[in-house]
Amino acid sequence: MDLFIINVIDGLIYGLLLFMLSSGLTLIFSMMGVLNLSHAAFYMLGAYLAYQISVYTGFWVGLIVAPLLVTILGAAVERYGLRRVHQYGHVPELIFTFGLFFVIEELVQYIWGRSMVNYNSPESLDFIAFNLAGGSIPAYKVFMLLVSVGIFLALYYVLARTRVGMIIQAALSYPKTVEALGHNVPLVFMGVFGVGTGLAGLAGVIAGPSLTTFPGMAFLLGSIVFVCVVVGGLGSLFGAFVASLLIGWLQTFAASYNIGAADILIAFGYEYPKDVYYHPWRDLWTLTLPQIGPILPYILLILVLVFRPNGLFGKRET
Amino acid sequence: MKLFKKIASFVLASGLFFSSSVFADTVKIAFIDPLSGPFATTGTIGLAEWKYAVEKLVNEKGGVLGGKKMEVVALDNKMDGKESLVQVQVAIDQGIRFIAQGNSSGIANAITDMVKKHNKRNPDKQVIFLNYSAVDPALTNDKCQFWHFRFDANADIKMDVITDVIAGESGIKKMYLIGQDYSFGKAVAAAAEKYLAQKTSIEIVGNELHPIGRVKDFTPYARKIIASGANAVITGNWGADMVNLGRSLKESGFDGPVYCYYCATAGITRTFGETGKGMLNIVGEGKLNPMNPALEAYNKGLKAKYPEADMSQPRITNAVQMVAKAINEAGSATDMKAIAYALEGMEFENELLQTKVVMRTSDHQAIQDVHVGMHTDDVDIDFDNSGYGIKMYKTVKMASMDSPTTCKMKRP
Repeated sequence: MDLFIINVIDGLIYGLLLFMLSSGLTLIFSMMGVLNLSHAAFYMLGAYLAYQISVYTGFWVGLIVAPLLVTILGAAVERYGLRRVHQYGHVPELIFTFGLFFVIEELVQYIWGRSMVNYNSPESLDFIAFNLAGGSIPAYKVFMLLVSVGIFLALYYVLARTRVGMIIQAALSYPKTVEALGHNVPLVFMGVFGVGTGLAGLAGVIAGPSLTTFPGMAFLLGSIVFVCVVVGGLGSLFGAFVASLLIGWLQTFAASYNIGAADILIAFGYEYPKDVYYHPWRDLWTLTLPQIGPILPYILLILVLVFRPNGLFGKRET
Repeated sequence: MKLFKKIASFVLASGLFFSSSVFADTVKIAFIDPLSGPFATTGTIGLAEWKYAVEKLVNEKGGVLGGKKMEVVALDNKMDGKESLVQVQVAIDQGIRFIAQGNSSGIANAITDMVKKHNKRNPDKQVIFLNYSAVDPALTNDKCQFWHFRFDANADIKMDVITDVIAGESGIKKMYLIGQDYSFGKAVAAAAEKYLAQKTSIEIVGNELHPIGRVKDFTPYARKIIASGANAVITGNWGADMVNLGRSLKESGFDGPVYCYYCATAGITRTFGETGKGMLNIVGEGKLNPMNPALEAYNKGLKAKYPEADMSQPRITNAVQMVAKAINEAGSATDMKAIAYALEGMEFENELLQTKVVMRTSDHQAIQDVHVGMHTDDVDIDFDNSGYGIKMYKTVKMASMDSPTTCKMKRP
């Protein structure tokens, strides 16, 4: 039971991290109708920038400055790149962001090299917050949790309770009308793209010390973020939230319990082969849940697309 | 136009003349490993070690065959099996007779097959495969062949040494085995099971393989390992999988030792830093710490020329000097059969590392001292310019010298 609780906490922390990435992605999609394939690259960029800043000034300055830099860069990409491509339709936009992913990923490796960099959590958070079931939760993980929750609340507040949020929500569905009312819709687009990528950057900043800052980090997390967004429903912030937590827990629990195909087969009355290493069905008999854990989100993705094509909370036809 | 043709042919002819006159007298070794892509760090460090060893230990000491220089030719295989075979062919077409490769046993398996076939079909252009790092035991057992020489201790030998150390640790009662889900990870787990059962009464409380390069967060694995009551962990993980596993273990409150194969250099030592202290125990050949004066000078020179490189694979200095010695003994740099026979069974004293190496005749596996060391900042030679490195605390002299092999070598 204790292990269960500790897994719930770990899964929650991981899920909220995913949410920070998927929230930006889904915001950008609902606003501009474009799936930003370079999203994970901004996540990576955030981590590396924060690392570089932390070398000179320590972790906390990096925590503030790096996401701001990524936000500015994201806004610039929208203003000078995407906006020009926009007139040619969605496919060129998609290809633009696809190419951007590789450009950023290669640039990062060009600047910071191909081995992992030494980006660590601040010393002031290098203690154990509390112990549970022989395992400990480091203070940094609690910090990650608080930042993620804070971001979620702030996003919700801005979108639901402020004038800016009202304009963004209106521009989502009726951009022409909003423009006719005298609002600068392209500026709103730029802002949303900037903030969206900035959130990815922030996710990178706080995930970098925990999940390691290395060249493969964008690729590793990139695909799973799309799963979160699609499962939650493209364009739905709440959907992205639920899907991120769901996938966070799914992956954590799948890796935690060594339930094997053998247990299931035995339960169905099959006999465990004597010399399993030479058995023709060896791969099936030795298969365990942690081994298939990483593909579970993709199975979920397929199931959702088949039975609920709009995602769990999506309204938009895609 | 005629003038242009004349000039062109002159340039071409002189180019040929110069290239042949400049390079004809060097003995070339083709270095085929990843020099681009995600694994480029390891390949680049290895290349620097090869180049420096050839320069310092052979060329500056007068070369081979009374004055011929040796040269390392770098060919990028992008960590891809097919690309590697293309590069082997490129090397052969350039007249290179020595192939050095080490990263990935899968690629080594492919190269050894190709070399075997090539040498059978082209007795006048035979090549020798210098495997300096690939540790799949099969390469010197079922898949062994005359033209393949392994300079690293294979996975079984290393596990034999690790379990010697573990057997002496009275605090370890329960062991968790975790590795990446592919041939090497499986080989490590199998060897660990075998030797632990032979030498100790330690209970294996977990034996699992995780998808390679796909696990985003190792925390749940760490929780599971702690919940299993394990006192220690054995892993063959490398790269980010190694760092993430180690960090998650530490963060989750695991305080036992982690015995590993590849938990140093190429950014790993730097990233672990203080976290790895008292946790990481690595097995390997080549004793760097504590060091001797000759080694200090050598390491300084290497660092001056290649600041990002480390002496991560000291065996390369064995390989280079042993090849030079074999060429001298054979009296030729092109009679590959004679060179291979000279390498086979060679006993070599490496003054730099102050060790002896024997290239075992029966399977072409180098037998040498294998050490277990710990990650610490109390070192003379550090890795990744981080102040941290590996300090050896246990040595097995000529490890696994009499270990059995299934190799049935066919000699030409």
